[in-house]
Amino acid sequence: MSAGGARPPSQPPVIGPEQVAHVARLARLELRDDELTRFTEQLASVLAYAAEIAELDVGDLEPMAHPLPLHNVLREDEPQPTLDRDVVLAEAPATEDRRFRVPRIMGEEP
Amino acid sequence: MNGSAIALASEVRSGDRSARDVVEEALAKIAAGDPEIHAFVEVLADRALDRADEIDRAVASGSDPGPLAGVPVALKDNLCTAGIPTTCSSKILEGWRPPYDATVVERLRAAGAIVVGKTNMDEFAMGSSTENSCSGPTRNPHDHDRVPGGSSGGSAAAVAAGFVPLALGSDTGGSIRQPAALCGVVGMKPTYGVVSRYGLVAFASSLDQIGPLSASVADAAVTLEVIAGHDHRDSTSLEAPAPDVVAAVDRGVEGKRIGLVTELVDRTDPDVAARVRQAADALAAAGAEVEEVSIPQFRYGLAAYYLIAPAEASSNLARFDGVRYGLRVDAPDVAAMNVATRTAGFGPEVKRRIMLGTYALSAGYYDAYYAKAQRVRTLVSDGFAYAYTRFDGLLGATTPTTAFAIGDRTDDPLAMYLSDTCTVPANLAGHPAISVPFGTDQGGLPVGVQALAPALGEPMLFALAGALERAAPEPGGRNP
Repeated sequence: MSAGGARPPSQPPVIGPEQVAHVARLARLELRDDELTRFTEQLASVLAYAAEIAELDVGDLEPMAHPLPLHNVLREDEPQPTLDRDVVLAEAPATEDRRFRVPRIMGEEP
Repeated sequence: MNGSAIALASEVRSGDRSARDVVEEALAKIAAGDPEIHAFVEVLADRALDRADEIDRAVASGSDPGPLAGVPVALKDNLCTAGIPTTCSSKILEGWRPPYDATVVERLRAAGAIVVGKTNMDEFAMGSSTENSCSGPTRNPHDHDRVPGGSSGGSAAAVAAGFVPLALGSDTGGSIRQPAALCGVVGMKPTYGVVSRYGLVAFASSLDQIGPLSASVADAAVTLEVIAGHDHRDSTSLEAPAPDVVAAVDRGVEGKRIGLVTELVDRTDPDVAARVRQAADALAAAGAEVEEVSIPQFRYGLAAYYLIAPAEASSNLARFDGVRYGLRVDAPDVAAMNVATRTAGFGPEVKRRIMLGTYALSAGYYDAYYAKAQRVRTLVSDGFAYAYTRFDGLLGATTPTTAFAIGDRTDDPLAMYLSDTCTVPANLAGHPAISVPFGTDQGGLPVGVQALAPALGEPMLFALAGALERAAPEPGGRNP
């Protein structure tokens, strides 16, 4: 590897298949068994690289969420035109009575 | 294209050449060359010709269509175009036609530019090679077996192949500058907040910026002046006028203090490092005071970036749920429909980033990863701030290597991520940066040199870029 720092020597994986499966559920993704294996290896490798900052002592620095010191950017509270409802609904996978139509929400847990 | 954007616009405005003729030339070049390169995912021939005729009528009637009159422009396919498919090279958005134009698209049109097509990209801008596209990879015009870089690889290749003089891309961790370097064109990322993100499909909202790719620094400057400036529809848009950069291109760097950043040159390939040092010498010869400076904080930028960007992406991409637009895979209930849609609609890299981000934000890991990365972001910004007490601008490589072979890094995400190591610091700090072509490696592949400036230092950045362009070795390259 010619750039970006040496990969840390084979550290124990910081993330295992159970955690990857859990994270996939949280993210509404379904993984096949072979995907679970491959993603676990790949995420472990990326997190091992990220571990180099986990060891940095930066506790006295403020966290930076954003490059700009912006707070509460508001406009005047006056009604303004929005996108045309029919134009927006035309892009929906399914509609009914000028609303988005979805499969049932209530009922048994999936 | 024959001629820069500025030269073409000048010909069209003066009536020496019709916009139709310019657009027909671009369309002919795309038709001849793009089946091999695959820079475009959609070519808008009819719309572009109609628009060209409008421009020609305006010129004939004595009105000025604007500084980019008749200039064919390519748009990365994550920029919303009203009524025109905008896919982000993702199956989940296949066929989606946005109900509105991005602000940058409106502003380009108002300046007389003509959109000729949408360009290929890594899915949702996640990647450094344009291989993560649902419509297949784009090829580097200098060597068709190599990647054009990414994620704005289609835009970079479209300019490098001479299809168009100008394109827009987006840059979250280097996605304009890195492909510009690998394709031998100019690519510029503005200060965060200078260009409106309204209508840019969000990847990592605190990092994303739209910017130009072009064959020359002057063309990038004109384009930035057109697309920059406050927009009330983007709450992170700065209340500042568009930066005055066209006049800066020829200003020179005499007496300017330029720092050659050790961390942006010492781990790059020897050929790349040699070009960067040659560029530093050229700036010194042009009258700048060049000195090497170490910014050790940059070493941690990449790790912080690959926690912050996925964390933001995991949140931004939650909107793709099969309800309001894009793909839906039917299932008996809504939760199963969400899962089926996202599982079928997202490619592997997008899934990796969403899971990485979800993990970094999840209970028990938030402090160790995400909060830590945000503090490291401050650390990197502090590194810049200290350097800018001593220097007016900074210099380094844009990428650690020249263009790599298609397929080389697709199975090793970390190796791919390391492509971004020189570009992410500017995104973390929100500063402007530009990649300027500067000769080739020994194999004839383009090398990009990166110039950086403090926030809102665009005039300084373009002065530096102009000086680099004037000092650059004659364009090399294998094919074009």
